Amino acid sequence: MTDRLTTRRGALRCLAFGGAGTLFTLAGGVLTPLDLLAATPKARAGAGKPLFVQISDTHIGFNKEANPDVVATLERGIELINALPEQPALAIHTGDITHLSRAGEFDQAHALLSRLRVSELHTTPGEHDVIDEGGAEYFGRFGTPSGRRGYYSFDHAGVHFVALVNVLNFKDKGLGTLGDEQLAWVAQDLKGRSRSTPLVVFAHMPLWSIYEPWGWGTGDAPQLMTLLKPFGSVTVLNGHIHQIVQKVEGNITFHTARSTAYPQPAPGEGPGPGPLKVPAEQLPGMLGVTSVARRHEALALSDATLA
Amino acid sequence: MRAPFLATLAGLTALALAPIAAVSAAPPANRITIKDFMFAPVSLTIKAGTTVTWVNEDEEPHTVVSATGAFRSAAMDTKESFAFKFDKPGEYHFICTIHPQMMGTVIVQ
Repeated sequence: MTDRLTTRRGALRCLAFGGAGTLFTLAGGVLTPLDLLAATPKARAGAGKPLFVQISDTHIGFNKEANPDVVATLERGIELINALPEQPALAIHTGDITHLSRAGEFDQAHALLSRLRVSELHTTPGEHDVIDEGGAEYFGRFGTPSGRRGYYSFDHAGVHFVALVNVLNFKDKGLGTLGDEQLAWVAQDLKGRSRSTPLVVFAHMPLWSIYEPWGWGTGDAPQLMTLLKPFGSVTVLNGHIHQIVQKVEGNITFHTARSTAYPQPAPGEGPGPGPLKVPAEQLPGMLGVTSVARRHEALALSDATLA
Repeated sequence: MRAPFLATLAGLTALALAPIAAVSAAPPANRITIKDFMFAPVSLTIKAGTTVTWVNEDEEPHTVVSATGAFRSAAMDTKESFAFKFDKPGEYHFICTIHPQMMGTVIVQ
């Protein structure tokens, strides 16, 4: 157990210093990092066909100084994904598709995302997508799989995917909330499922506490973790904070994705979680997408920047 | 005909400009500024029948949504505003639904 923890901590350290991207292989609950640049072509090829890619926080409609052209940076992200040697079948978008929930922003985002050479796009809303009453613009376009509830599950290549929504009901401190109804649904959805089924659980706001004064967490996430803990391989993905933060707890890997639109400050730096202005040449290196590959029985996470 | 109309227009413009001129001196009593992810003032006391205007001075969009559903703004981008007239006395709590850690209160007497 100690060895495994040590390995994981080592893995996290390597992630922190990763360059263009860090490839993670997950085998038997132990993460093994490989720097993408350092990996030999053979090792990279061994990573296998990407299972899916994650895009997050595209904020179509944003036009301020931190990135006056969020369309161009999303296009760059899409180009990166479309240039993968083997195309994944799925893409997930972990929310804040738009900046202001406006119909024109959703239309533009939809047109851009449809350029992805994937057969399925799965989404979960961010708080920027449901500003209008009832989230009518979001649910009108993306609400079908979930029956307009926002949460649903699906299976792909032996992996069970659970899309959750934690931006519809905010409680004290402004943390995200899943709510009793959604938690009961998750319990039912996972009931009787083989514990060896790899799970990918995704939502917009972090499903773990990163920085509560900025609402970077989900108040009732501990109840969700109780449901996920029995499973041997769980990958929990989210966006919202526009930077990579990762932790491993038992068999659960938590990973927050970069935005394609603009970076945000590190937790607690500055007055609030607004757009972080950086010199133009630094911006592409702070934006990016995540891909997840399957290597034998394991999942491998890989972050790539737009630089 | 045209001259008096223009004169009226000029008068209206002057009137419209007056509150803006007052802003630079001291914020009007019925205005809540949103700056650095905070409502200022965080609690505002007014008389029934007063219209409160929220103005977003952040680069990030914000909303103003009443806890009881009494009022709800659309997304306010930078420099955009939202106004609501409070007719009934009471305590009105509101948050920004994009950053729900932002909370404020209007007390109507």
